[in-house]
Parts: sequence; C-alpha cells; structure tokens
Amino acid sequence: MADRVRVKTMMPPGHVRTPTYLRGKEGVIERTLGRFKNPEQLAYGLPADEKPLYRVRFTMGEVWGDQAECPTDTLDAEIYAHWLERL
Amino acid sequence: MPHDHLSPSGHPYRKDDDHPLTYWQTMEIAVRELLVEKGVLTPAQITAQIEAMDARSPANGAAVVARAWVDPDFKARLLQDASAASREMGFDIGPLHLIAVENTKEIHNLIVCTLCSCYPRNLLGLPPDWYKTRAYRSRAVREPRKVLEEFGLSLSKETQIRVHDSTADMRYIVLPARPDGTDNLSEADLAALVTRDSMIGTGLPKQP
Repeated sequence: MADRVRVKTMMPPGHVRTPTYLRGKEGVIERTLGRFKNPEQLAYGLPADEKPLYRVRFTMGEVWGDQAECPTDTLDAEIYAHWLERL
Repeated sequence: MPHDHLSPSGHPYRKDDDHPLTYWQTMEIAVRELLVEKGVLTPAQITAQIEAMDARSPANGAAVVARAWVDPDFKARLLQDASAASREMGFDIGPLHLIAVENTKEIHNLIVCTLCSCYPRNLLGLPPDWYKTRAYRSRAVREPRKVLEEFGLSLSKETQIRVHDSTADMRYIVLPARPDGTDNLSEADLAALVTRDSMIGTGLPKQP
C-alpha cells in the first residue's frame, strides 16, 4: 500500500465503517493495523473476509477545506483496504 | 407554578416508563431467556458479567497512565501496544485492541467515534453520556478547538490537535502529559490526578 491514499467515493448501502465525511479525501497511512473481518459482512452474520486495516491521517484542511478551524490539525481514522486507492 | 410535577424537594419527578417494550428490548429478553432455558448460560453468570462491566472504571486507565509517567520502559511498551501493556498490569481487557496516543507540549489528542459510541470500555468503563451524543460526535471532528473550549480547554494555535475517529476495530486512550510539579508524587498519587476526560482528550489531568 502506497503511503498516500484516497478514500473511495462509493456509497454502498449496509453497515459501512467508512465515514461519509472522509470519502474522496486524501491522506497518508499512519500505521498498518493487521487484518480484520470485514464488518460489512460480519454485521449481517455472513462469512466475513479478512481485510487489511489502516490508520489514515488526514489534515483538517483536506477534510473541511476553507471551513477548517485550523487546517494543519489532523484527523486519523481506521479505513479498510478495499476503501482505499493508492495515489 | 404547578406543584404536582415536583417532588417535595422541588425536583421534577422522573416520568414513569409506562410504555411497551421496544423491539430490541423484547429481543434481548427473549434471547436471554432462551440461553438460560437451554442451559447455555446461568442467571448467575449473566449477573456476574453485568457486575464485571459495572466494576470497570476510569481508575483502571488512570493506573495505566500513572505507570507510564513513572516508568519510561512501560511507556514505550504502552505506545507500542497498549493492549499488551494494559494486560501486563493485570487488567482483563478482553479482546480489546487498544492504541495509546501521547499528549506533548506540541500535540493534543482527542478521541471520538463519529459512527456510534466506540470507547475503550474494557479499560475505562462505560462512556459518559455526552460521548454518545450527535453533537459531540459531529462537532469533535468538525470544530475540535471550539468543543475543547466548551470543555474549558483553550489550546494555543501552536499546539497541533490530532482527532482520532474510532471508525473500526481499534479503541483509543490518550496518554496525557504529566503535570509539572509532580516529581515527588507516588504512582498512586499520580493516578489520582488522571481524570476520565484527560484520557478522552477533553480535559487535562488535575494539578496536585
């Protein structure tokens, strides 16, 4: 996985753990967390694939644009690999 | 002012819950009774688990923080793997995947779960009610400095804020900076300075 990533902008229904406010936003991998069962399947009692999970760090400027309180503050979130595209 | 809604002490009566069970309340009772009927669990085991959950308190996290303040090797292990470090201290944190994030002079960390109410319950006990409100969950990521000011914490522009949104499998605890003037305090006295809010990031430890 490249250091710089973008969160995919897809909008599937269901139990999705990728916050909408981060979709389409670019960040850097802060650390890798290992593989975890995909909650999009797990939440429905379905056999769940293990997906790599990353902590991605975004700047508030990237997330909120001109509306950011302080653009250099950061926001970290855990995002599964299938929600990320490398840049 | 009508007095029929007030107790003799002047406080309003809490409304009785004279409403039918919700769908999920009914489901919980049904599943619990089935588990007991089928011999999977005993009522005593269920009570014991509730008591174990209620017994967890921020004092557990405070003990971990105080140990990190007095023991640099432990602090390094905590920042490397907070689950293992907590277990090393004897805390049964179950399957919790815990990450500790360190406050310094330059960095202040704040924890939120925008999607629901993820919280390191196995270490800190139940979250405060405000942690689960839509206002906190939406504003902590959108205007953390303003939220912190409302908690009485005014940070300079030089301090970088790092907000952590617990979106998936990890849970977070802030390792607050050790207050100045505490060099002579024992580990137990230090732990008494560590507040729940200082481990969420909405507060600082108490001053001695």
